[in-house]
Amino acid sequence: MRSLLSFLLIGVPVTLILTLVGLTHGMIEDFQERQRGTGADIVVRGTNAASAITFSGSTLPEGFTGFLGKQPHVEYAAGVFTHPIELPLTVTGIDLNQFAKMSGGFNYTEGGPFQGSRDMIIDRYYAAQRHVHAGESIQVMNQSWRISGVIDGGKLSHIFVPIRELQKLDSSTGKLSQVFLKLDDPKNTSTVIKDLKQKLGPDYPILSMEELTSMVNVNNIAGLKEFTWVVVGIGVVIGFAVVCLSMYMAVLQRTREIGILKSLGGSDQFILGIVLLESLLLGVGGTVLGILMSFGAKWLIRTFVPASIQMAIVAEWWPIALAITLASAALGALYPGLSAARHDPIDALAYE
Amino acid sequence: MNDDGIITVSDLHKVYRVGKIEVQALRGVDLNVDRGEFLSIVGPSGSGKSTLFHIIGGLTPPSAGRVSVDGHDLASMTGAERTRLRKKTVGFVFQRFNLLPNLTARDNIAVARHIAGMDNKPDPRFAEVLELLGIARRLDHKPNALSGGEQQRVAIARAVVNRPAILLADEPTGNLDSENSEAVLELLKDLNEEFGQTVLMITHNPDAAAYGHQVVHMRDGRIAEFT
Repeated sequence: MRSLLSFLLIGVPVTLILTLVGLTHGMIEDFQERQRGTGADIVVRGTNAASAITFSGSTLPEGFTGFLGKQPHVEYAAGVFTHPIELPLTVTGIDLNQFAKMSGGFNYTEGGPFQGSRDMIIDRYYAAQRHVHAGESIQVMNQSWRISGVIDGGKLSHIFVPIRELQKLDSSTGKLSQVFLKLDDPKNTSTVIKDLKQKLGPDYPILSMEELTSMVNVNNIAGLKEFTWVVVGIGVVIGFAVVCLSMYMAVLQRTREIGILKSLGGSDQFILGIVLLESLLLGVGGTVLGILMSFGAKWLIRTFVPASIQMAIVAEWWPIALAITLASAALGALYPGLSAARHDPIDALAYE
Repeated sequence: MNDDGIITVSDLHKVYRVGKIEVQALRGVDLNVDRGEFLSIVGPSGSGKSTLFHIIGGLTPPSAGRVSVDGHDLASMTGAERTRLRKKTVGFVFQRFNLLPNLTARDNIAVARHIAGMDNKPDPRFAEVLELLGIARRLDHKPNALSGGEQQRVAIARAVVNRPAILLADEPTGNLDSENSEAVLELLKDLNEEFGQTVLMITHNPDAAAYGHQVVHMRDGRIAEFT
């Protein structure tokens, strides 16, 4: 029972660490996949777009789409309007035909394209999160929308509405958040970016899709790396405390056994080794349980908030989590182990 | 001091400190035990017989005097050296059996071999000892599935598995009924007679003490008489 409780208590911080890392990776991968899903090679963003995941309000004039579409090597340009709702979710306003030409079109699992201005297309993750189907109504941005279609995910956003309606609701008629450019050949990307930067000046961030997706990583999200290490630190402290307490209890419970081993010639190092070995086994068991519970966390997230939060199982962190747990377990075992090793054999044998 | 003895004790003193009070547990004990001897030690509680047992077994150091066990001078040994002595030179049998409860009888015996660094060394003599003890078929049971007599036989097997120079038995029949007591005493006698095992046994029971070649009577931390 003591061991099972220890497994659980060690497993919880392991799950915390793996879930945090999984969320970071999952959300970044999801963002990258959705950006690539546009089929674009270059993104031109508004003048106040500070970072890769900051959505610039609406500073690009709509006429930019036509202008950019006529540039050398640009095969197609599609402007979108983005409105953040419950972060990290956004509603994206699109011209459906324009966006379909760029991205290759949506794959509808239910319903179909917009039929009216208050129609909404959502992906199957958001549909699952909101428990809605095509033909039903939904409240978003304090407005009622009819779900015209449910699509597979991976195309820029989880929620699409007609661009004109979103611009009107946001009082930004004629403005765009981003313009995506598809080139005749992706090899021309750097040439086109260089040319556009000369023409538009330094105020407009112009990024290749590769640059945009690579900018979204752990190092570029302020404080995320530090937060991860804080959680790792908490995991170490909890692991240390649990193992220390558990092994201290074990040493108390087994005082007589320790006396027996000492009477048989068990040295201090031998006794310390046994305590250390048991604590390391607790660490391994706790890590395995923590890994299993991280699958449970992923299932919960996938079941209840599949559109808002994505969690990946990051197996590369399993050995790191194991190393963190084993280090905590070894530290936690030190005091009880030394205490056991120092037991006087006669007192230990007389222990009731 | 007789250098031919497997155990030689000379002017042995042991003082315990309980808080601010000093307790004189041994007040000058002289004893010589020959190799292959079966010696019984009797005496009332507080007479010092357990302290003598603990010192000869290397569980605690003497305060003064000389103690030699199989040529090892215990008085000059460090704690680590006494620990090494317990691995092979001394085997203990306790009143409460003191088997490890989570291990089978076989593993309890194996632990003693493991600690002594003899894991993989087969010992034909030990197979004979197991036959003599009559526990060969009970080795895969845990202590809670064994009777008191069987547990004590396992404890004896564990004590002699590394062929110690001396077997120290502290009230080995104290927790057994008369039938099992007699069986255990007979086994100790057989080990002594058939394998030449030196045995030092502490007991309150005069009938048990009579199994020894000699009986040492202790009183007030001293040896009162030999019979």
